[in-house]
Amino acid sequence: MSENKFTCLHDKHVAQGALMSPFGGFDMPIQYAGIVEEHNAVRNAVGVFDVSHMGEVHITGPEAQKFVNYIFTNDITKMEVGGIQYGMMLYPDGGTVDDLLVYTMGENDYFLVINAANIDKDVAWINEQATNFDVIVDNQSENYGQIAVQGPEAEKTMMDVLKLDCTDLTFYTFKVVDYNGDKIIVSRTGYTGEDGFEVYASHDTIRDMWDMLMTAGVQPCGLGCRDTLRFEVGLPLYGDELTAEITPIMAGFGFFVKLDKEDFIGKDACAKQKAEGAPKKLVGLELHDKAIPRHGYEVCNENDEPVGYVTTGYRGISVDKSIAVALVDAAYGKLGTPLKVHIRKKYFDATVVKKKFHDKSYKK
Amino acid sequence: MSKIIEGLYYSESHEFVKVEGDFGYVGITDYAQHELGNVVYVDMPEVDDEVEAGEEFGAVESVKAASDLVSPVSGTVVEVNEALEDEPGLINNDAFENWIIKVELSDKSELDNLMDAEAYKAFINE
Repeated sequence: MSENKFTCLHDKHVAQGALMSPFGGFDMPIQYAGIVEEHNAVRNAVGVFDVSHMGEVHITGPEAQKFVNYIFTNDITKMEVGGIQYGMMLYPDGGTVDDLLVYTMGENDYFLVINAANIDKDVAWINEQATNFDVIVDNQSENYGQIAVQGPEAEKTMMDVLKLDCTDLTFYTFKVVDYNGDKIIVSRTGYTGEDGFEVYASHDTIRDMWDMLMTAGVQPCGLGCRDTLRFEVGLPLYGDELTAEITPIMAGFGFFVKLDKEDFIGKDACAKQKAEGAPKKLVGLELHDKAIPRHGYEVCNENDEPVGYVTTGYRGISVDKSIAVALVDAAYGKLGTPLKVHIRKKYFDATVVKKKFHDKSYKK
Repeated sequence: MSKIIEGLYYSESHEFVKVEGDFGYVGITDYAQHELGNVVYVDMPEVDDEVEAGEEFGAVESVKAASDLVSPVSGTVVEVNEALEDEPGLINNDAFENWIIKVELSDKSELDNLMDAEAYKAFINE
């Protein structure tokens, strides 16, 4: 087993007493004050996350636009400089390689933000697809640190603490800012369902910013509450809701798969699933009891026959219920369908509900 | 520093037993609640259920994960701590005060297999 990597803020997490655990090949902070306290700080005020483990890949060259549009499900030709799109890279069978953000830096100049656990796999995949395109693929993951400032007070915090005026940024846009001689990327994005910003910068700048945020008393947050926050608002985590076996159509993210654009990898498979119906569907489940459904637990029909499994489940924090997202046979995907979750020795009644358990509060 | 109480019996899976006559109150230690973080659910057996030393009898769940409860003793459950159904976080407030089940002990010699406070203190500091 290989050693876990450290982010540029690792020593600070350890010094601040965070509970550390491996995630995506990195030794990451899971919690500082506690998942519930951090979760509530982000929903009600502001919190900051170290997300330096995320990967960054820069794609340039005469055919960069054509190439990125070929490996990505969303339609980047619709984007202007300063724009960001969410979408997926797919295998030809529609299974998901990764979900990612594409930042349009300039003409034929794109910045891809990918999941930490998938960096090696994604870079290999991108390079493999790039052989017939005139592009340069540059994995910059080790050069960037990244923090996410999230919550209703995020805009004020960016201004007051980091002296970054972000009032001009709308949801899913970014700007490149000269910050003490460092060219940094600031975007109005996040993974919590709240308003917020993400900053990509050199390790030194990220470390300085972290110190400023700590001095100002901003709550440091771990990956524990990042997961509860994103889960409650229906955002997927690669490895749970999107995998090589789960297409975006099954997962209910067809909106990000532009079947009307020119050819892209996985298009035919997605078009077929959309036309004929996917064999499986990602659904929300609400349990009638307090027992907690966890990743991997079996989901059964009323006759206790297995029809799927839980991809993510929690006792909600902003939602006071035991809730889950589950991948089930499509026949059981309708809202209101009674299902059961097998938890330890018992079967608990559940009902299919929308998989967005808590409303997002984005500033559009 | 985790709290440890003299006079209780402790297991390697971080349950405690407080013995009163023929009965034992079983819960998780302060060290265990600290390691778990916010307890959000306690899966408890029912009164009259049999528990067996070394066997799972329920679970304590934090936000992040479920941890099995392993009974340090054998016997019959005579009471469950119903307060934990509505307020599982009581375990975080005081793990020793908020026991999970009360067991009528069927074999008190099993207590000899458990650690005393001093041994448990050494165990968690290993």
